[in-house]
Amino acid sequence: MATQTLPGVLVTTDWVAQHATDAAVRVVEVDVDTTSYDQGHVPGAAGWNWTTELCDTLVRDIIPANKLEELLGKTGIDNKTAIVLYGDNNNWFAAWAFWQLKIYGHQDVRIMDGGRKKWLAEGRDLSTDRPSFPATTYKAPAPDLSLRAFLPEVQQAVAGKKAALVDVRSPQEFTGEILAPPGLPETCQRGGHIPGAKSIPWGKNCNEDGTFKSFDELKALYAAQGITGDQPVIAYCRIGERSSLTWFTMKHLLGFKDVRNYDGSWTEWGNLVGAPVEKP
Amino acid sequence: MKPEEHSRRQQELAGWPVTIETYKLGDVYHCAIANVDPGARFARADGATREEAESRAIEKATRYLAQTRKFEV
Repeated sequence: MATQTLPGVLVTTDWVAQHATDAAVRVVEVDVDTTSYDQGHVPGAAGWNWTTELCDTLVRDIIPANKLEELLGKTGIDNKTAIVLYGDNNNWFAAWAFWQLKIYGHQDVRIMDGGRKKWLAEGRDLSTDRPSFPATTYKAPAPDLSLRAFLPEVQQAVAGKKAALVDVRSPQEFTGEILAPPGLPETCQRGGHIPGAKSIPWGKNCNEDGTFKSFDELKALYAAQGITGDQPVIAYCRIGERSSLTWFTMKHLLGFKDVRNYDGSWTEWGNLVGAPVEKP
Repeated sequence: MKPEEHSRRQQELAGWPVTIETYKLGDVYHCAIANVDPGARFARADGATREEAESRAIEKATRYLAQTRKFEV
């Protein structure tokens, strides 16, 4: 675990094993593969489905405030609950949930370092029961959109070079050799990357066991590409979940002040008529 | 319940490196296959034996991977 990370934002698997059922704590699994939760999860953990529960299912958008309030309420979470998120793929969608909860101002959100991968590798208990929780009333404040980048801001960043762009997809996606990760459907018309973007694949944030690298390693990783936190940074990937993890790293592990996640990402830019694309 | 017989290995399917993870929970073997880069799980299957779960997941994964195109850059 990083030695100089901001306090409290990461918890270990040991900590979760000891506190998963504390009244003031709610552990929630959020996976890329939405069936993972039913294959066994941390005992007492709730499961959120990112395709139906963490987005607007009509308009392409993050979860609306009223839907978030409903989701948190039925998960037994109030404004003071410590929410501990974890998931598969080294916490991709756990980070996506973290980012949205921060947009809506939830104070105490943490990530289980190593996620589902580490929990499984350690042979810890799994449950297939879906716990129920006493309903609460949750009130979400106005969203903090300074954590989110929209298309016009990205276009301004390209034109004015006032923000650094970090492409967190794989090198093959960055060069345009492939349009989507192997095995997943192609969701864009053009391959390549946003002009001027630096390639820092998300996986470089993590160790083999799924935990985050140390503060010094992460600092060096980004500094090597000129990303030091001295200027605004916009991270993007294909649909915004991998870049949520990179956003989490830069904002909450490295402490960069102005970091935004462009959740429109390549499925917006790579489909946009007339948008400039750089290759390789 | 504790997961049993947990295994994780890499191999190549349809020309792509993948990670195959399998474990037994209760009476069911769960298998999931992820691409190595970026690491997304894209095929999974259950079975009464390890072989059954893995062969089903591998069949699905191979089919999905065959649809991934490569472009010259």
